[in-house]
Amino acid sequence: MNTEDTADLEQAFQIRIDKEEKIEPKDWMPGEYRRNLIRQISQHAHSEVIGMQPEGNWLTRAPTLRRKAVLLAKVQDEGGHGLYLYSSAETLGVSRAEMIEALQSGKAKYASIFNYPTLSWADIGAIGWLVDGAAIVNQISLQRTSYGPYARAMVRICKEESFHQRQGYEIMLSLSRGNQAQREMAQDALNRWWWPSLMMFGPHDADSAHSAKSMRWKIKRETNDDLRQKFVDQSVPQIDVLKLEYPDPELKWNENRGHYDFGELDWDEFYAVIKGDGHCNRERIQHHVKAHEEGEWVRDALKAYDAKKKARHAA
Amino acid sequence: MKLIMSDLRDKDLLLQFTLRLGDDALILGHRLSEWCRNGPFLEEDIALSNIALDYIGRARMHYSYASDLSEGEKSEDDFAFLRECRDYQNFLINELPRGDFAQTMARQLILDVFYTLQLEQMSQSKDATLAAIAGKAIKETKYHLRRSTDWVLRLGDGTEESHNRLQAGFDAIWGYVPEMFEQDEVEEKLVKLGVAVNTKDLKPEWEKQIGAILKEATIDVPQQEWTVRGGRAGFHTEHLGHLLSELQYMQRSYPGLEW
Ligand SMILES: [Fe+2]
Ligand SMILES: [Fe+2]
Repeated sequence: MNTEDTADLEQAFQIRIDKEEKIEPKDWMPGEYRRNLIRQISQHAHSEVIGMQPEGNWLTRAPTLRRKAVLLAKVQDEGGHGLYLYSSAETLGVSRAEMIEALQSGKAKYASIFNYPTLSWADIGAIGWLVDGAAIVNQISLQRTSYGPYARAMVRICKEESFHQRQGYEIMLSLSRGNQAQREMAQDALNRWWWPSLMMFGPHDADSAHSAKSMRWKIKRETNDDLRQKFVDQSVPQIDVLKLEYPDPELKWNENRGHYDFGELDWDEFYAVIKGDGHCNRERIQHHVKAHEEGEWVRDALKAYDAKKKARHAA
Repeated sequence: MKLIMSDLRDKDLLLQFTLRLGDDALILGHRLSEWCRNGPFLEEDIALSNIALDYIGRARMHYSYASDLSEGEKSEDDFAFLRECRDYQNFLINELPRGDFAQTMARQLILDVFYTLQLEQMSQSKDATLAAIAGKAIKETKYHLRRSTDWVLRLGDGTEESHNRLQAGFDAIWGYVPEMFEQDEVEEKLVKLGVAVNTKDLKPEWEKQIGAILKEATIDVPQQEWTVRGGRAGFHTEHLGHLLSELQYMQRSYPGLEW
């Protein structure tokens, strides 16, 4: 194909995007659009899967049977989200094995917030409330993303996410109505998870490597800073209900803007944790590698059994 | 129980029996939940978590019935979290560490075949509540059995490694099977009252079904060279104490709070 043809195709593609048409797997798409999507969807899938670890850390220590069941159902859902997302990425021509390999080698990323440790039961509340809360804000906007399979996965996932956030907030509510130790636990968790949750939306738009193009192609529908503001606006009243102290002294309603003002994020910490200075960067990947390697003989057995069955069938 | 038992002693027996069933479910559910994020692939993380959830649900139903039987003196969570190791009366096989995936599947098959037989009869129990719980559980267990049977066939007739691991898995836990088919005085009395199942009678059918599946999976039925028993008397393996120290951590560290 010569460059003129490509230019025509790209123009036609942009027109479809501008008309809000969904792009489907068999449609022509620019190579960069495809690569961009693979990067984003697989990173999203990895985040769901790695995110099972910090919460899984409390499955055997949940304080009541009801909480144990709810948490297990929640972590199981996250695994399910990982599956939907791996499948939508596969429609772009990348295999799950390749994606897992990229995760384990450090080539692919996952949400850096999961590099923080879960130290108390309140962390399980804070994760559901804030981390899932931030994820929902992002995912609601992605329901309108231009790639059909990704948009549809988001619709499915969003339905389950509101339960995740509710169960987390419910934990925080119980703690806030509890005794001194429980309220301190809740405050500590809020203090530790607040800033990393805000960082989940990524760098300021001006500093975001992929933002402009992703917006033009409608892979992303709203900017990092707009989504972050939405999250802050929805969360502050929830902090008030919990009667906890603000984790940021600059949090304040701004009448003129019609939004809450908040302090500047510590971007040095953000980049440091991404690069490896988080408490759990190594553990998260090692854990994934270990489970994967320990499961290798199981996957081999499955393949061998299916092959034998097929051979018997053919005979 | 919409009492066929007016006798106070009988009611104590019923409470004890209900707790046993709750303990069986809780301890196995706890072990299965350990697979979440540790499975051989994502679909198995999800499936094993699902089964763990079924058992935790079953534990809750039994403990909440036990709470009724104790006239509200103790709650579902008091029973689950605030007893001593010696007070739990689950089968020993349920508390064993999960081992590798093959050993987990061996245990699941052993228990799934057992429960399909036991729950079928429990659903006819003269105790309406236990019968209703069993009626719900049997549907789950039929699905569990389909899964564990499939896995035993795949691993047994998969690769040499999977075959060896599965054989080792069955060998490692086979000595914990006999106590599932034994009954102490508590259960004998409840069998007479039509409340509990005489599991002794289930053994031939269990052996037949397990034998058939293992044969197809090319796995040898282990020779019964050793037997460990004691679960129903609270005479546990050393593993249970460690399981409980995690399970009970929050309730022990922060007594009497709402979560
Ligand atoms: Fe999710
Ligand atoms: Fe979630």
